[in-house]
Amino acid sequence: MSTIRAGLVRPYADHTDDGIVQLSFTLPVQDSARATRAAIELCRCIGMVNPDIAHQQALVDGYTYFVIYARCVEGVEIPEQDEAGEFDYMSRQQVDDLLAGLGRPVRVIGAGTGTDTHSLGIDAMLNLKGFHGEPGLEAYKSFDVINLGSQVPNERLLALAVERDADAILVSQTVSQQNLHVQNLTQLVDMVEAEGLRDRLLLVCGGPRISPELARELGFDQGFSTGTYPNHLASYLATEIMRRRGTP
Amino acid sequence: MNAINIDPHAVEKCHRLATKVADDLGNMIECRTTDSIERSVLRLLGVEGACSLDIPLVNHVVDHVKERGSLSHGVATWVGRAMHDTGLDAQKIAEAVSRGELDLTKTSESSASVAAELIEKQARQRLRELGRAIAERRSWRAEIGEGTAPLAYVLTATGNVHEDIRHVGAVARAGGDIIALIRSTAQSLLDYVPEGLTTEGYGGTYATQANFRALRAATDEFARQRGSYLQLSSFSSGLCMPEIAVMGVIEGLDNMVNDAMYGILYRDINMTRTLIDQNFSRTVSGHFGIVINTGEDNFLRTVDPMDGAPSVVCSQFINYHLAKRSGMTPNLVAVGNAFEIDPSVPNSLLYEWSHALLTRQLFPECPVKYMPPTKHMNGDGYRTHAADTLFNLVSVATGQAIQTIGVPSEGTYTPHIQDRVIALGGSSYVRTAARDLSRELTFRPDGIIVTRARTVLQQAVEELERVAAEGLESAIERGAFGGVRRKRSEGRGLDGVHLKHKDYFNPFESLLREGAAV
Repeated sequence: MSTIRAGLVRPYADHTDDGIVQLSFTLPVQDSARATRAAIELCRCIGMVNPDIAHQQALVDGYTYFVIYARCVEGVEIPEQDEAGEFDYMSRQQVDDLLAGLGRPVRVIGAGTGTDTHSLGIDAMLNLKGFHGEPGLEAYKSFDVINLGSQVPNERLLALAVERDADAILVSQTVSQQNLHVQNLTQLVDMVEAEGLRDRLLLVCGGPRISPELARELGFDQGFSTGTYPNHLASYLATEIMRRRGTP
Repeated sequence: MNAINIDPHAVEKCHRLATKVADDLGNMIECRTTDSIERSVLRLLGVEGACSLDIPLVNHVVDHVKERGSLSHGVATWVGRAMHDTGLDAQKIAEAVSRGELDLTKTSESSASVAAELIEKQARQRLRELGRAIAERRSWRAEIGEGTAPLAYVLTATGNVHEDIRHVGAVARAGGDIIALIRSTAQSLLDYVPEGLTTEGYGGTYATQANFRALRAATDEFARQRGSYLQLSSFSSGLCMPEIAVMGVIEGLDNMVNDAMYGILYRDINMTRTLIDQNFSRTVSGHFGIVINTGEDNFLRTVDPMDGAPSVVCSQFINYHLAKRSGMTPNLVAVGNAFEIDPSVPNSLLYEWSHALLTRQLFPECPVKYMPPTKHMNGDGYRTHAADTLFNLVSVATGQAIQTIGVPSEGTYTPHIQDRVIALGGSSYVRTAARDLSRELTFRPDGIIVTRARTVLQQAVEELERVAAEGLESAIERGAFGGVRRKRSEGRGLDGVHLKHKDYFNPFESLLREGAAV
């Protein structure tokens, strides 16, 4: 097994530095020896060597499904700490204590925008019940929460944010197809900017396909992905709102 | 079937209360019509296609009559007179109206009764033709045979009908029983049915007549190849609910999702509009023997199933009696339920088992439809597949008639082509492995499963008492279903509701109830 330069990392499966990954994909090729060779060639092209085809199955004429274990030859450096993307998470009590300095509750308004019917993301963050035992923002003394649920048009979300003088807009994007979530998010930022409200509102998005990098690229202040708990979101909101207010 | 001992008086009481709810609502429904019902009448009379601006002809004609303040007589009144005056058929009349060449309300009144007879004759003729085509399909279906319960109901939702057909091929090969063409998101809010083949929908493919036809041809071809029937389903819902029911009949669909409550709660469609639409769409589906699936499963995504289970039972009874009132027989009413309890709840499997068994036992004649876990599925496909395996087990062990297949990509992507095949592999394994499990089991009378079923039923009786006292519309306003409140004066589509004139005429209302086509 080839080793890689010190300081680089690659996937771990069984032994340090083995680089083993699992791939699963469908090729639009009739199930055949040619399909197998095409899958192996594809692995090689993307830097996956020693492919081991664990499963190969015809789905329908002309389409073959593969599950392959292979070794990733590339390694990467662990990226530098991203100051804007990482912060110390606080407990609910700590968040409430920090925001007590504001003298009023922080008004947040949240919704799943676009036409996806899933409300689990926004519900997990905002509803009293929260997520995996971590209560949502409604449980905090320091937040005043409006949860509009799913399928909310950006127009309605923004209009209500203005009407209620919200401090932050939280947008959830769960199921997406053909990058529709990016369109929904970009449209909201454009609308907020067109209304001249960008400096007044903290814009935060979340969902399985959202990363802090993507969020900031789209013009949001922060983005949260899978694995986020309500107190992570609350910590960010509290820290950022107090920072903007000039309180350390 | 392994039965649990539930109080027959409570069941009888549920039926009595739900009958009252349906009857009270029936009085509101029967003296009104809607734009979409009138467009359905035209579709039933054979009007199809769109003008050069892609506006469906049925919209042209109904808007034309509506603008002249005459829709309360029923569009059939005016088309009948025009037929009598011009000697043209409904399609030609619609085309003339769309070109601005004919004013339907300036037709001769003296001929009213002759015109009505003319339309009625046409209507009978059309129903006979449609009925014959469906009867032929049914006999082919019986000949070729089909899968056994629980039938695997699989969604396709690529947004491109040609891609959908590839996915359907994979489902057919992997043993799926029912293909459901998921509509593009938000089609339910369109007050017209788009035309033509869809190649760029989001979250689904438009329910259009051309898409239905293409999918129907594909499912029939795959059925012939594999030697067993493949059912086709779509969504008779939204603002065009009854029109889609008619299109389904015309194109030979077998099954339709059909529940006004979904549109009211989750699409903000006006309750009056959609409850009236639902009635006519069910009369259509009932006549032609098309199974409808109701959407109680959706409530469990917006309320905790441990709290919301009684509202599911309550709605199942109401849907059952509304459907019956619309002319459907119980064998066509697939009341809905779902496996949505938070997996971190201890004994969640037992509670799911209890809910599933209760539904099955309350509606023995209905082809109950059971939905997989979605709400707590977080994108970890292995975890979702494990949850789906328990769901599959409960489906088989409690004798569900139709089960929607849960896919590992739930909560992240609309399913990729391999996801459905993986899912069908899982359900087929469980179906085989646990085939006769239900006959082996008896339940402790004081155990968790039986106690839970009794509690849910008791709470459902109490909820039905409230709903029967206040009426379904007030109950929706109170937020009794899915935790969502909607007002009867709000929501989309109310401007498409019309009180019937005393001379209102729709020949299909009575003809469709004269006896089933198949």
